[in-house]
Amino acid sequence: MLERFRPAFIVTVREVRDQFRDWRIVVPIFVLTIFFPFLMNFTAAQVVSFVQRYGGEMLIGERLIPFLLMIVGFFPVTVSLVIALESFVGESERRSIEPLLSSPLTDFQLYLGKLLASLVPPLVASYLGVAVYLFGVWRNVGWTPPPVLLTQVIVLTAVQGVVMVSGAVVISTQTTSVRAANLLASFVIIPMALLMQGESVLMFWGRYSLLWWVIVGQLVLAGLLIRTGIAHFNREELLGRELDVLNLRWAWHVFWRAFAGEARSLSAWLRYEIVRALNRLAIPMALMALLLVAGVGIGIWQANIYVLPPGAFDLQQLKEADPVILQQLQVFGFFSVQGVSYIWLHNLRAVALATLLGIFSFGVAGVLVLMAPLALMGFLAQASAGAGFPPFVFLAAFLLPHGFLELPAIIVSGAAILRLGATLVTPSPGQTIGEAWLKALADWVKIVILVAVPLFLGAAILEVFVTPRTALMLLANF
Amino acid sequence: MAVDGVSIKVEAGQVLALLGPNGAGKTTTVRMLTSVLRPTRGWARVAGYDTISQSPQVRASVGVLTEQHGLYGRMNAVDYLDFFGQLYRMDANARRRQIEHLLEQFGLAEDRRRRIGEYSKGMRQKLALARALLHDPPVLLLDEPTSAMDPESARLVRDAIRSLRSASRAIIICTHNLAEAEELSDQIAIIRRGKIIARGTTTGLKDLLLGAPEYELRAARPLDGWRPDALENFTLTAQGTDWLRYCTPQPAQVNPLLLKTLLERGIPVTSLQEVPRSLEEVYLRAINSPAGVEVGHA
Repeated sequence: MLERFRPAFIVTVREVRDQFRDWRIVVPIFVLTIFFPFLMNFTAAQVVSFVQRYGGEMLIGERLIPFLLMIVGFFPVTVSLVIALESFVGESERRSIEPLLSSPLTDFQLYLGKLLASLVPPLVASYLGVAVYLFGVWRNVGWTPPPVLLTQVIVLTAVQGVVMVSGAVVISTQTTSVRAANLLASFVIIPMALLMQGESVLMFWGRYSLLWWVIVGQLVLAGLLIRTGIAHFNREELLGRELDVLNLRWAWHVFWRAFAGEARSLSAWLRYEIVRALNRLAIPMALMALLLVAGVGIGIWQANIYVLPPGAFDLQQLKEADPVILQQLQVFGFFSVQGVSYIWLHNLRAVALATLLGIFSFGVAGVLVLMAPLALMGFLAQASAGAGFPPFVFLAAFLLPHGFLELPAIIVSGAAILRLGATLVTPSPGQTIGEAWLKALADWVKIVILVAVPLFLGAAILEVFVTPRTALMLLANF
Repeated sequence: MAVDGVSIKVEAGQVLALLGPNGAGKTTTVRMLTSVLRPTRGWARVAGYDTISQSPQVRASVGVLTEQHGLYGRMNAVDYLDFFGQLYRMDANARRRQIEHLLEQFGLAEDRRRRIGEYSKGMRQKLALARALLHDPPVLLLDEPTSAMDPESARLVRDAIRSLRSASRAIIICTHNLAEAEELSDQIAIIRRGKIIARGTTTGLKDLLLGAPEYELRAARPLDGWRPDALENFTLTAQGTDWLRYCTPQPAQVNPLLLKTLLERGIPVTSLQEVPRSLEEVYLRAINSPAGVEVGHA
């Protein structure tokens, strides 16, 4: 096992040594390790002293010190972004990558070696900075961090570093110049800046336990980014690509070939290509079905935690006021074509949003959007138990009539979104990342437009005209 | 498509020179043989390993001098070679020994602790070659091994390459230096627009592309218009007062017979030698042949 990692460590050691020969890396690390923590010490001491002098709320001072601890850890680790961005493309630009690619290193070893080399020096600098800062605040204001908080900051700093580095290395392997990589770095910088703001809110809010979730989320993201990088690491592309050209004609050609498939007529396309696309989505569809069930389960679980107060969910009212309810429902657009179009378009908007989010989150956020209604149904079903209705009656009343069309629509569109996002983290031998993604997009268009959209329309018709009556009938007779 | 249907075989102990204009596909071929590029069709075996399914083994068996040296300017020569020695899983003693030997051999021993960034072009080339030879590979792929070198350094490198020939090592050299190719190689392959258009020994290619060898005979006194028309397999190409040039596909038979005839006629011969035919002529003939025409394999 260790033998497998040894070549990666050899690459790491060489690169780390090289970095310490470069003053452009050493100086910022040194400043951020020594000078910056002193500045933060000074700031912390001044704020605490100011607050004490005017008899202000000590909470501000107490919250500021851990927050600055996180900042002191984060700043040096940002250097890793710069190093990682040029890890592959920099070598490619300097033409020093070919001997490495010609050596017996495997893709994984080379990738890991570069990843660690980008991460280790800034991370060590971060921890040194944290140590300097902690020593300073202990001396100046006598503050020592609770062990759990210190652990959280140490882990959070490492995880943030891993996320930035793994994202930057992906950029570095997919661009042809350091300039292009730097331009694309905003895809890492902006989300990280937003994340830092969120973490800052948590720190000032004092909800330190939530930091664990932030850590877990970033770990998952880092894992996905590393997988993306390794899956699409391509020696040929690194050596052969000279220019970043947006070739729309090529993109359209790839998309159209995947969209049209081998069919020679519209009927053949409808008969064979749609079925083939569905076959390709068999595993994502199975996964999506399981995730929807999990969504219902999460809803039930949450309903047991956040129990609704008695009377807040009184289905008895529905039973007793049947004719009035039907009239009220008409006012809300039920039993009308407008109602159908509203629900149909709402579902399509949800799929569009899920797709958009799925593209930027390897499919994860997209799937979460589609799981949300099912989680809500699970929550309400469980809550209905409190109102005296078994959950399955609630589900049969409110979900089943239109659900037998809507659920398959959610499953197929969710599967297409999952594949679209997952393509980025899946190896695609013999084709570029763009080619694989365009093919997944062609499947998405086929499935969503020709399968999901009609299913959603059918489901909307049922939801507007059939579900309310069925629900009231079932509830009245239970 | 950078290369199309390239077929070459280099046995252990042979040196093949791959010639061709810029962009012909030489570097692509070398990269495919080092498992860096994956062929869309076809296969290659290097040192007995398949370049697609056994790429780590292929890369471990090959020493590559890349077109761009790819050196790390902030390192010194010893650290640089040691780094690659580790990647090729050489043990510490073997690394130290081999590094010392190669630095001595290429005249870099005195500069071993200088930063590579301070090296001259020629020194960098030599260091890159040392890197290729470090793990004593059974297959050597050398892309422009003496480019950017002064004549003395180029001589040193050529000598080194010559000394690397062994029964167990196959060498492929990509070069634009035709004299070097002729000097070092047993076989020549000429590649144009991704296709091998001529392949064989230097002599074989010369015969194939330039025709039968031409000989020049010089006599000690005027020939007085004498022409050896009676000789078979003999074509007179030019004649002076005391010399003549001719072509023959069977020099082993024709040349002694011609000498004998002249001596019988009392004409002393001062010299008889083959007219030099340069590889450059062969190369230009092959490269300038009409597009799509296979010049042939010798």
